[in-house]
Amino acid sequence: MTIPFLIIAILTIAAAVAAMTLRNLVHCALAMAVAFGGLALLYLQLDAQFVGFTQVLVYIGAVAILLVFAILLTRGGEAPEKSVFSVSWLWGGAVTVAVFATLAWAIKNSFASQLEPAANVEATVKQIGDALMTKFVLPLEVMGLLLTAALIGAVIIAMRDEMKK
Amino acid sequence: MAESLDQIFVSLKRWLLGFVPAGDVQQLASAILSLLPILIVFPTLFAITTLLERKGLGRIQNRYGPNRVGPFGLLQPAADGLKALTKEDLVPYAADKIVHFLAPVVLVIPVFLSFAVLPVGRNMVAVDIDAGLLFFFAVGAATELSVFMAGWSSRNKYALLGAMRAIAQMVSYEIPLILSSVGVVMIVGTLSPVKIVEAQGTYNGLLPDWFVFTPWGLVGFIIFMIAAAAESNRSPFDLPEGESEIIAGYFIEYSGFKFALFFLAEYLGMFAISGLGITLFLGGWNAPAEWLTWIPSWAWFFLKLLAIILVFIWIRGTVPRLRMDQLMNLAWKFMIPMVLINLVGAAVWHFMQPGLARWFVSIVLVLGPYLWLGKTLFQHQHLAKRTYRFAD
Repeated sequence: MTIPFLIIAILTIAAAVAAMTLRNLVHCALAMAVAFGGLALLYLQLDAQFVGFTQVLVYIGAVAILLVFAILLTRGGEAPEKSVFSVSWLWGGAVTVAVFATLAWAIKNSFASQLEPAANVEATVKQIGDALMTKFVLPLEVMGLLLTAALIGAVIIAMRDEMKK
Repeated sequence: MAESLDQIFVSLKRWLLGFVPAGDVQQLASAILSLLPILIVFPTLFAITTLLERKGLGRIQNRYGPNRVGPFGLLQPAADGLKALTKEDLVPYAADKIVHFLAPVVLVIPVFLSFAVLPVGRNMVAVDIDAGLLFFFAVGAATELSVFMAGWSSRNKYALLGAMRAIAQMVSYEIPLILSSVGVVMIVGTLSPVKIVEAQGTYNGLLPDWFVFTPWGLVGFIIFMIAAAAESNRSPFDLPEGESEIIAGYFIEYSGFKFALFFLAEYLGMFAISGLGITLFLGGWNAPAEWLTWIPSWAWFFLKLLAIILVFIWIRGTVPRLRMDQLMNLAWKFMIPMVLINLVGAAVWHFMQPGLARWFVSIVLVLGPYLWLGKTLFQHQHLAKRTYRFAD
């Protein structure tokens, strides 16, 4: 565990905790963006340039913007009067711990954890592109189809209903 | 001689590094020496540009522009800077203090970061990374959130409106911006700005091999520059500021040096994105003709940058502001289909043999969609001379 990793980890976790506990929803969204940025830094620290920059581009550039837009368009963005803590948090916490334990157990016992980390892999963007266009072309196309379907669905839902007039 | 002049800054840096003991300290010094010029040169260019812009706009509007401070008003930027520094820093009572303070800072940092991957001359790039182009767009995307922070934390309806407009505009125009540069990436086969510039370094007798001199490159360049103007909130896409409707948009509640930071970030963003346009389409630091290569490479980069800035000033002085629906229609209905078809054009250019046939097919692939899109988009629009009820 190196010092840069510690700094990044503390930043990410602190931002994530802030996103959960802050009372103002917009503040939560901004803290969430910081957490996304921390994840991007983590990828960059692992020498995964492409994933790191894509994380910034997609999550800070698009998802965080979508979040704040959704908050502003659905409610006033005012801080709630009463505390955000409630009894149901206990149940939520229990479920969270259970899910985390299951996932951690599954990952610990999966084949991926037994693999030795390859020394000095340099994943250039070119290699990623080659892999996406040859070996993983079917998953890529399926994802593209899925996203297109979601896009068209969103447009249809948002479209003005001209028949009713 | 020409060689040493070309590399003067690189050798200067090497000479300075000679005084530093080798090891970690030298690496740190090297990083500082690479970044310091960015922090000095581009804000200086910003000062010059504000003066040029006010002078140029003055000329276009048939007036003098600034001419009181110093000879020909040349010291005006210094006066403006001092004024911004000494002005009172006002924070609205209802504002969200922390976010209000953070917004200009968070805005300026990514803008400066984006200069790090721009090659401003031969061997003159601060950080040469494999995914440089992606880095540029990633930090560019981070500015959107700070615009929102500024608009929302001011607790002012004009500021919020301006921020919403700015975000809608930036998100929409980011797509054609990125897609138009994908064509270049497809042809060169790399995301590294340095290698993209090197790929344009040859001459074919008549013209340099810049991508702007190919059919797909010309379309890409024009769309890139339109999207760049929109991304940097330049006129005719300056709706987020819209002085006459929402006063100044998202930075209405900022005064003094924070206001100056917004101003700085906007202009530096314009320089950065113009610099990227130069890198992608205008040959970067390459000279436009073989017999002009004795002029240093960095001089060419900044000459091209100044030329683009002058075009931006010219456009600002002549074109009226768009309406919000026109803005969105231009991006989503015209520019995105056009740039997608242009990607096919770039692919065809890549796979066909060099020759007249390639030019013919490419030009058809550019002109056909352009005419078709224009025709279909104007089909249901009844354009006629506008009549005014009271002004006639």
